[in-house]
Amino acid sequence: MTKKEILVLEDLLGSNKKIAADIREKLSQKGILTVNLMSSPGAGKTTLLESIAEHLTPDHKMAVIEGDIETERDAERIRAKGIPAWQIITGGACHLEAKMVGKLLPEIPPDLDFLFIENVGNLVCPASYDLGENIRCVLLSTPEGDDKPKKYPKAFTTSDWLIITKTDLVPPVPFDIQRAIKEAQEVNPSLKTFTVSALKGKGVEELVGQLISALKKLRKDNA
Amino acid sequence: MHELSVVANLFEILEEKVREKKGKKIFSVKLQVGALAGVVPELLMTAFDIYKKDTIASEAELEIKKVALKVQCKDCHKVMVKDDFIFICDHCGFTNLKTLEGTEMILEKMDIEV
Ligand SMILES: Nc1nc2c(ncn2[C@@H]2O[C@H](COP(=O)(O)OP(=O)(O)OP(=O)(O)O)[C@@H](O)[C@H]2O)c(=O)[nH]1
Ligand SMILES: [Mg+2]
Ligand SMILES: [Zn+2]
Repeated sequence: MTKKEILVLEDLLGSNKKIAADIREKLSQKGILTVNLMSSPGAGKTTLLESIAEHLTPDHKMAVIEGDIETERDAERIRAKGIPAWQIITGGACHLEAKMVGKLLPEIPPDLDFLFIENVGNLVCPASYDLGENIRCVLLSTPEGDDKPKKYPKAFTTSDWLIITKTDLVPPVPFDIQRAIKEAQEVNPSLKTFTVSALKGKGVEELVGQLISALKKLRKDNA
Repeated sequence: MHELSVVANLFEILEEKVREKKGKKIFSVKLQVGALAGVVPELLMTAFDIYKKDTIASEAELEIKKVALKVQCKDCHKVMVKDDFIFICDHCGFTNLKTLEGTEMILEKMDIEV
C-alpha cells in the first residue's frame, strides 16, 4: 500500500461559477438584463415583482424564474399579471444553483428585456451561488429589523443593490432606515440602496428607472 | 444549510481526482474555508461524515483550515484582517478595499492510497 498526497486547489463551487459565467454571457449577448432577488422568506420578492410588472411600460418585456422549495404558487401569481414565469421546485434545497437556471435557458424568449430570478426565501445559502445574474439584489423588509446586514453579512457583501421593502409599515414597526443603510454599506460600501413599498407602489418607479438604465448600459457594453 | 450540497460538489471533485490518479481510497481531505465563504465549518464536518458512508472516502478524515477575511486598502495599500467584515480601512478610513482572501472554499489536498 502506498500513500500519496495529491495537491488539488480547486474551488468547491467552481462548477457552479462556470455555468453561471456561461449563462451571464449568453443572456448579456442577447441584451437581457438578469436580476437575482434574494431575501428571507416573505420579505416581499414576489409582491415587488408584481409591482414592477405594473410599472413597466409595454415597450419593456419581462419574465420571471421562480425558485421555491415547494409549490407553483409564486409563478402563478406572476402569470396572473400576464408575465411569463417558470417555476423551479427545489424539493428541499434552500437555494437555487446555476445549473437549475441553465436548464431553462432554451425556453427564455430572446426578445426579452428583463429576466428576474426570485431565489428561495433564505438570507444565507443563496448568497453563495452565482446564477449568472448581472445584478444581485438583497431585499430586507422592515419587520425583520434594521440590524440584519451585520448578522447576515454575505447576502449584503455579495449584492449590488439593497431594496428595503414594506416601508409602509414604519411606524408602527420600529425600523431605522438610515441605520439599516449605514450598516449595509459598512459591510459593502458600493451597495446601491432603494426603499419601496410594493403594496402601495411607492419607490418602485425609481427602481424601474434604475433597471432601465442598467439595461441600457448592458446593451452598450455588449454592442 | 447548504453544507450538504457543498459536500456533494466536494465528492464530485474527489471522485474525479481519485479516478484520474487510479487511487483506491481516500485517507484524508483538507479544505480551506474562508470566514466569508458562507458555510459553517462544523456543519461541513457533519455533512462530510454523513455523506462519506459507502464511498471511497468512507474512512477519510476531514480537516478544515479556516481562512480569515484579508483585505487591502486601495488608497493606502495596507493589508489587514477584518473579523467584523466592515469594509472600512483601519488606517485611513477609505471604503474601497480589495478582498485578498476569506471568501473562498477550496479543496486544498488529499491523501490517497494508490
Ligand atoms: N405591508 C406590506 N406588506 C407587504 C409588502 N410587500 C409584500 N407584503 C406582504 O408580505 C407577505 C409576503 O410577501 P411575498 O411577496 O409573498 O414575499 P416573498 O419574499 O415572495 O416570499 P417567499 O417567496 O415565500 O420567500 C405577503 O402577505 C405580502 O402581501 C409591502 O410593501 N407592504
Ligand atoms: Mg415569493
Ligand atoms: Zn487605507
